[in-house]
Amino acid sequence: MSAEIKYIDEPHPVSGLTNSKLGIWLFIASEIMLFGGLFSSYILLRVGSAEWPRGASVLNVPLATFNTIVLITSSVTMVMAWASLMKNQFNKYRFFMAMTILLALVFLVVKGFEYHAKFEHEHYPSTSVFYALYFTLTGLHGIHILGGVVVNSYFLFPGTKLWKTNPKQFAGRVECAGLYWHFVDLVWIFLFPVLYLL
Amino acid sequence: MSHSIEEINKHVRVYIGVFVTLAFLTVVTVGVSYLHLPVVPAIILALFIASIKATLVALYFMHLITEKKLIWTVLWVTVVCSIGLFLLPVLTTMGSSRSQF
Repeated sequence: MSAEIKYIDEPHPVSGLTNSKLGIWLFIASEIMLFGGLFSSYILLRVGSAEWPRGASVLNVPLATFNTIVLITSSVTMVMAWASLMKNQFNKYRFFMAMTILLALVFLVVKGFEYHAKFEHEHYPSTSVFYALYFTLTGLHGIHILGGVVVNSYFLFPGTKLWKTNPKQFAGRVECAGLYWHFVDLVWIFLFPVLYLL
Repeated sequence: MSHSIEEINKHVRVYIGVFVTLAFLTVVTVGVSYLHLPVVPAIILALFIASIKATLVALYFMHLITEKKLIWTVLWVTVVCSIGLFLLPVLTTMGSSRSQF
């Protein structure tokens, strides 16, 4: 017995939105609260600390700047993947989606190098409040990147079957994945100056 | 699909423009950090630039600029709750300092 999920490719008459899109925006709202809570903790702990290191003196700014550009580029490739679907250019979609995943992996590898350097110098979350916040915020963000890679990989490989049977629904799914991906980029836009530059 | 090819091509040009602006603002953010400004102006400036970048991503990449009122309502409620979260540490400190007297 299967239940049909309604309004996933057509807008709901009341909200004017597909349920998928409303769902992803509600999820993003909960994510804003999650990261908002962590940023709030950051402010409280920083203001309450007698000493606080300048991010640039303990972290690798050039590497983080490179990662920022990588993530911004991945946001563009993600939106270009969606635009390609809207233009019925499926091969271009595959190219841009693959680029998005590749850039996300580059981001994670660079972050891995950063973590490795910290561990080599015996800097762990238990070292100081600064490092506890640094590893918590960047770690949680990294998990979100990994989640995005899994979802985007699904839409690059097995999920593409839907394009043949229901292209509108497939484009809607990619748009939702894109909204999540841009949110992850948006979080990094704040994390970068807060942790590395201030 | 509801968007015409011309409309999508116009969107693509906007995406590229936003990308260039974001990359430029990233360079500006890093450049400003090397000016070694005092803490408060440095925080204000860095967060101001970050807010411009975040607004560009939300409006154009996340299509908020053309999004339905319901999404805006959800986001406004979230923003108000987030501001409450940010103010919580300040309010808590005020409470504790008052209790010392």
